[in-house]
Amino acid sequence: MTETLNGKGLALVPKTDAKQTLKDFKSDQEVRWCPGCGDYAILAAVQSFLPELGLRRENIVFVSGIGCSSRFPYYLNTYGFHSIHGRAPAIATGLAASRPDLSVWVITGDGDALSIGGNHLIHALRRNVNLNVLLFNNRIYGLTKGQYSPTSEVGKITKSTPMGSLDKPFNPISLAIGAEASFVGRTIDSDRKHLQSVLREAAAHRGTSLVEIYQNCNIFNDNAFEPLKDPALRDDITLRLEHGQPIVSAIKAVRRRADGTLEVVDRASVDESEIVVHDAHNPDPSLAFALSRLDEPWFAHVPIGVFRSVQRPSYDEEMAAQVDRATTERGAGRLSDLLMSGDTWRIS
Amino acid sequence: MTKQVQQLDRVIIRFAGDSGDGMQLTGDRFTAETAEFGNDLSTLPNFPAEIRAPAGTLPGVSSFQLHFADHDILTPGDAPNVLVAMNPAALKANLGDLPRGADIIANIDEFTKRNLQKVGYDANPLENDALAEWRVHPVALTSLTVKALENFEISKKDAERAKNMFALGLLSWLYHRPVEATVKFLESKFAKKPDIAKANIAAFNAGWNYGETTEAFSVSYEIKPAKLAPGVYRNIAGNQALAYGLIAASVQAKLPLFLGSYPITPASDILHELSKHKRFDVRTFQAEDEIAGVGAALGASFGGALGVTTTSGPGVALKAETVGLAVMTELPLILVDVQRAGPSTGMPTKTEQTDLLMAMFGRNGESPVPIVAPSTPSDCFHAAIEAARIALKYRTPVMLLSDGYLANGSEPWKLPEIDDLPDISVDFATEPNGEDGKTFLPYKRDPETLARPWAVPGTPGIEHRIGGIEKADGSGNISYDPNNHDLMVRLRQAKVDGIDVPDLEVDDPAGDARVLVLGWGSTYGPIAAAVRRVRKAGGKVAQAHLRHLNPLPANTGDVLRAYDKVLLPEINLGQLALLLRARFLVDVISYNRVRGLPFKAEELAGVIQDVIDSD
Ligand SMILES: Cc1ncc(C[n+]2csc(CCOP(=O)(O)OP(=O)(O)O)c2C)c(N)n1
Ligand code: SF4
Ligand SMILES: [Mg+2]
Repeated sequence: MTETLNGKGLALVPKTDAKQTLKDFKSDQEVRWCPGCGDYAILAAVQSFLPELGLRRENIVFVSGIGCSSRFPYYLNTYGFHSIHGRAPAIATGLAASRPDLSVWVITGDGDALSIGGNHLIHALRRNVNLNVLLFNNRIYGLTKGQYSPTSEVGKITKSTPMGSLDKPFNPISLAIGAEASFVGRTIDSDRKHLQSVLREAAAHRGTSLVEIYQNCNIFNDNAFEPLKDPALRDDITLRLEHGQPIVSAIKAVRRRADGTLEVVDRASVDESEIVVHDAHNPDPSLAFALSRLDEPWFAHVPIGVFRSVQRPSYDEEMAAQVDRATTERGAGRLSDLLMSGDTWRIS
Repeated sequence: MTKQVQQLDRVIIRFAGDSGDGMQLTGDRFTAETAEFGNDLSTLPNFPAEIRAPAGTLPGVSSFQLHFADHDILTPGDAPNVLVAMNPAALKANLGDLPRGADIIANIDEFTKRNLQKVGYDANPLENDALAEWRVHPVALTSLTVKALENFEISKKDAERAKNMFALGLLSWLYHRPVEATVKFLESKFAKKPDIAKANIAAFNAGWNYGETTEAFSVSYEIKPAKLAPGVYRNIAGNQALAYGLIAASVQAKLPLFLGSYPITPASDILHELSKHKRFDVRTFQAEDEIAGVGAALGASFGGALGVTTTSGPGVALKAETVGLAVMTELPLILVDVQRAGPSTGMPTKTEQTDLLMAMFGRNGESPVPIVAPSTPSDCFHAAIEAARIALKYRTPVMLLSDGYLANGSEPWKLPEIDDLPDISVDFATEPNGEDGKTFLPYKRDPETLARPWAVPGTPGIEHRIGGIEKADGSGNISYDPNNHDLMVRLRQAKVDGIDVPDLEVDDPAGDARVLVLGWGSTYGPIAAAVRRVRKAGGKVAQAHLRHLNPLPANTGDVLRAYDKVLLPEINLGQLALLLRARFLVDVISYNRVRGLPFKAEELAGVIQDVIDSD
């Protein structure tokens, strides 16, 4: 089973012949994010993407934690579980590990995933259960009205940090790669086409895929990703990662220094042959990790796309394989045999 | 020399030694031999939390007590008749529990100056009259073992380590135990090291022969098999019975079992046991922490499995928020709490009943959770099935309150007939339940049980969303309506209050007792043994034992009010007493000891007698 499923994220999920449209995935619930919130764009992108998978709607489940972003499942006409703060990866793990016929999606925020739920996230990633984790990173706590988050920049002035935040933020991509993630991608709420292309690859990946989505919170952290959206700037600073393609923006290119580290240089100043070609499938994570570090200094240049996509057996498959093996080797369990195992004696 | 054989009706033996001496194994084997012989029995292991506390010290002492008899017994016994002390620390740590006249079999080889000093003996108690009150049998267990294994190709250390088998052989001779099963056991335990297997068997036989030939033991003892109800028996410890009960529950529910758990003493053995039984469609998930363990179990329940999580007190504290989510989402879930001494880390290997109020109230909001408590090691099997029945039928998390005493203690168990086990299967929702025939109302309740439909992903036409936010009655949509919240709070409470639990039964053979002694959980054995003693001495006392703590049996109030006095022994500071007083305005008399140990029957008999005699 292990070999055949590699790369086929949804192979075990039943398909439908019925034609689906965006409307099929809209629930009857009124959407209650602030007008202008980036979550709307992500919801619309997901709703219009899901029909493309051709899955039976009843076999899709969205599990979320707590936060503005975690309201997401209510707005989709699939099965949904809006759980508690930070615990969605754990709940989804139990669901996906016992139900390989489901397409399970985790919706989480930067606080939900990286603060209270950080432990569950890293363990889900290393286990590689068949889950798609969409991390809505708005670099702020939205629902609790604007405290800094584990992805906020140092010195962030918020209600809880009037003199500026002190702690160094996480880089979610670096964190995920360090946590042995087999699939790590980044995209942005405002670029539907790119967002859907990353979702497509994530869905096709069997194992845990982590997709960081830059999401604008126009109320508490507006314009956090503005440089990536500014028409005058975005093409210059966005390094689009595509497997097998040179890593470049309109004006910049990624080159390897003599010591092996990466640098971003003026594209015109380098020969095409010097530009690093992206290899998302390399078992060695060092290139993906080095790429994840390129967004410092902040917004000088930002890689987006799939950083890493490697194949390794997923936890749920291997768990099922153990159950199968125990059953074929020793036969299906019988209760009477179980009770009689060990030393017994009869009193008449 | 022909040796005298003396008949006894019961014996309590305590094996005590350093944690590295293999006392638990020795006790387990003696138990297996005793079970095979047909005595009734009850065991009490007692070991340090440290894996290897410093050798030869008092904190490093590990012991195993076994009570066996020619009649049915209820407890591992109050005070040993025989102490096997493998070193001075084992002697010193256990001497206080030994009644005058008891036998002490001491390994003199370990009574060296250094070992004596380690535990504060100035002189060797085996050589002066410090132990004059007891019958001391000094035996050179280590050197006799080494001598018996002279011709084996094993290291001196390995030879010395077999001394516990020598001791087991000697005790097996002393009490006429059958030995074949132990020989077989050693062969299979050391199957990969045949030399060690042979040496251990030789040490075991040497111990037996030593008893037979030495003049140090002139009497051996016979304890006739007990007259137990006909049937097939095995010996079982609480954790194993609980694991079997969970498997049986999944079979009887026709659902796969999913266990999410994080290791913690004294609950880990349930995880270990269940992980061996994957062929029963059991999935065991060792999570990153207790929160993930219960989260995964709840996720599996949402997907239509029997979700279970196992832990001890500190883990229950961590799981509280997720149990609240299970209350809100009304999904089946079993949370097993093998209680241990707290607060905080407390005494991990010691027993207590101190989590009752946490199980009742340890969550935010009005968050009722049914509670079931097994009363003996083998009862853990049936209690697990009962917890599953309630969880499935009423779609609710259920707390199963075991404890360290039940978990590790063992007793003979008359195996149930599989056909007699209850069918606890339930139906999943398959279609819309709204009046229009098209909508699905995830919170439309069964009028009788108040349970909501269990609608698992993969079922077409009833896609829906659930979560921890308050729900509108029926539709399950998010609702902040004040009256709806009040209604839902009451509905969740009413659902738990309405669970069908059997009436509380009272045992009162004379029929005119004025004092009732009530208990719950693992105190059953000591209380019942105490009640027997009091009755034997002519006292009149009724006994009742609660298995369901939430909801309480419907007749609980009537039972309490029917007696002049109600005595309630608990291994806490009166947690059930608090609940009963609040609920029934009955002033129960609490008796509380929180020593990390089970009650002694003699102690409770005295307390009961005092209550009878007062006024
Ligand atoms: C146990 C617990 N602690 C705290 C909270 C309060 N809380 C709710 S959401 C949240 C932070 C949300 O931030 P994020 O995950 O970034 O989501 P966003 O709202 O930004 O989408 C906090 C602290 C809670 N609901 N539960
Ligand atoms: S607070 Fe921010 S993240 Fe939350 S809904 Fe409003 S805009 Fe969106
Ligand atoms: Mg956020």
